[in-house]
Amino acid sequence: MKRLTIIITCNFISFITWAQDNSNGTIQGDFNLSTQSYYEDPAINAEKVDEFMLMNAYSNIRYNKGNFTAGVRFESYLNVLRGFESNFNGNGIPYRFAQYNVNGLDITVGNFYEQFGNGLIFRSYEEKTLGIDNVMDGVRLKYSPLKGLSLKGFVATQRLFWEQGPGIIRGFDTDLNLNEAISSLESSKTNAIIGGSFVSRFQDDNNPVFNLPENVAAYAIRSTVNRGKISFNSEYAYKYNDPAGGITYNNFAPGSALMTNLSYSQRGLGIMLEAHRVDNMDYRSKRGGTGKELTLNYIPAISKQHAYTLAAFYPFATQPLGELGFQGEINYTFKKNSKLGGKYGTQVAVNYSRINGLNGGPSELTLNRDHTPMFFSVINEELYFRDLNFDLKKKISKKVKVMLNYLDVIYNKDVIEGKIIGKNVHARIGIAEVNYKIKPKHTLRSEFQYLSVDKSEEYYKDQGDWVMGLVEYTFSPHWFFAFVDQYNGGYTSEGKTYEAVHYLNISCGYSKGTNRFELGYGKVREGIFCVGGVCRNVPSSNGFTLNITSSF
Amino acid sequence: MKKLLIFTAFLSFSLLSFSQNRTLPKVDLKTLDNNTFNTSDFDNDGKPIVISFWATWCKPCIKELNNIAEVYEDWQDETGVKVIAISIDDARNMSKVKPKVNALLWDYEVYCDPNGDLKRAMGVGSVPHTFLLNENKEIVYQHTGYKDGDEYDLFKKIEALSK
Repeated sequence: MKRLTIIITCNFISFITWAQDNSNGTIQGDFNLSTQSYYEDPAINAEKVDEFMLMNAYSNIRYNKGNFTAGVRFESYLNVLRGFESNFNGNGIPYRFAQYNVNGLDITVGNFYEQFGNGLIFRSYEEKTLGIDNVMDGVRLKYSPLKGLSLKGFVATQRLFWEQGPGIIRGFDTDLNLNEAISSLESSKTNAIIGGSFVSRFQDDNNPVFNLPENVAAYAIRSTVNRGKISFNSEYAYKYNDPAGGITYNNFAPGSALMTNLSYSQRGLGIMLEAHRVDNMDYRSKRGGTGKELTLNYIPAISKQHAYTLAAFYPFATQPLGELGFQGEINYTFKKNSKLGGKYGTQVAVNYSRINGLNGGPSELTLNRDHTPMFFSVINEELYFRDLNFDLKKKISKKVKVMLNYLDVIYNKDVIEGKIIGKNVHARIGIAEVNYKIKPKHTLRSEFQYLSVDKSEEYYKDQGDWVMGLVEYTFSPHWFFAFVDQYNGGYTSEGKTYEAVHYLNISCGYSKGTNRFELGYGKVREGIFCVGGVCRNVPSSNGFTLNITSSF
Repeated sequence: MKKLLIFTAFLSFSLLSFSQNRTLPKVDLKTLDNNTFNTSDFDNDGKPIVISFWATWCKPCIKELNNIAEVYEDWQDETGVKVIAISIDDARNMSKVKPKVNALLWDYEVYCDPNGDLKRAMGVGSVPHTFLLNENKEIVYQHTGYKDGDEYDLFKKIEALSK
């Protein structure tokens, strides 16, 4: 750490002092602050905190000159907001790096983020809103020895809060664009890219009972083929036997993943189909790691990511231990001045996704080490998630725009949230949004959302129905004011009765250029907050929030 | 404490070399056909470029790009501006980007930044985040978030550049 910082500092001095050209480098940064106060509110199960208020903040600063870049990030959690892991508490500089490029050889020392292919065996990334930052620390090289061929390699450890995980990770990745590399294919109508990657983890075996593998490897191969309006992507990954979970004699099974998608698009129409199968693909830089810590790979959820509050009420999160999923989506725009398009055109989308368990269960949990779950099996398997949704956007007049959404969701709470209920939740959600332009730059936006759970015996009623209303007034470019009410009619869960409750929230914001201030007050409902298929539990709370973001 | 000192030293060195205009960082992106494309190849013959960060799941982003799409032809006629839309969708949604862009009739240049390399290099915390580049591809204006009508101000800045 110290040595690296000195290297970075030295680099700075040298670049500033011995710069051959007279132009200065550039510096750039961003800042983000979230604070919240917490009051006790028994009606919604909200607890107060001893600190009165909590804060998450960070700032990135990067310096760039020609082929040289260096950067640091300072993070401060005093103390960390509820819903994030308390191990973050404190201040520090968990991210610093120097990077330069000489004749096509790109060298990074220090921290870096990287992704191989779709991330099935390796993705190091950050998502501050979820409390995820599995940044690597070590050395990374990138090189392109000939046109169309690129190579990447690294050796590094991984961040765990303010420390590093115990594993040493080695990775190598290559991408070959056939049309660029082979001159006779240059003018071909078909464009093809193939790639492969290899990742290996080293971790000492200190287990007195079992002889654990100290090196655990995974590889992946992938391809992309484009021809005219059609593109086809696929990737297959295999992980060698990696003891996971509570280490016992029978959980040394290998893992695999296959993902594939096909899309067709032309002006006004886009169609996408995809499928994936995942079996025992939890791969971490620490043997038997749990939760969000030290994940090495990323298996994206194969369902639509919804943006409206109640549409995102029952989100799916990938089950890396084992699942089989399908998804299809059609986007279409009815042209202007057509029968269905009207004067301004109409945008519609339909999306369907379905995810179920694997035949025979995931390999990790089976007693028989040779067990191979049936490759494709849908019928009779446990349903994890199903979502059928429609989306319509229409401009009615110069002043009015309308958006309609409808979802029909089946959600397996047992699998996704680790509960023991024995029944799925079946929810139907309807959403209407109207934008009304009062005059240029002044817009009134309102949303009405209704979530209704299936009350039949077959399904679990969960928290019953929800209603939400929102009114927002924006005055471009500086101001917004919003008022939201989410209402729940009361329900009984685990023998406890919850009264009907309004979750009222008011907020206003001011922004100028890249500075943004947002102040809010109200109740936050307990729920799952997701970005990109990875989720975080947000506890219920009552209090003020203040968010400030800035960048330069 | 020591760390903080070094941090401060770092800052002051950096500030010494602070220059007025930031240039575009050189970062590899993916095209909609999964080819690699470097940001240093962004080009609009010396006319202004707008870079807008968005995602398929981000409603205000799509609203902003839809609203600009309605007036994009006029903008191009009057100023020659080019809009480049950078999708920060990760592997989960990357396959949806091309069908979505086509279906929404966007005439923008669109690239993907699936692991946030350009996003980080340009200091983008959340989307939408929009930059305006002058003839030397220097960042002269940026704003975060989108409110209906923000495009009027953006266009004023573009007009000022193309005079």
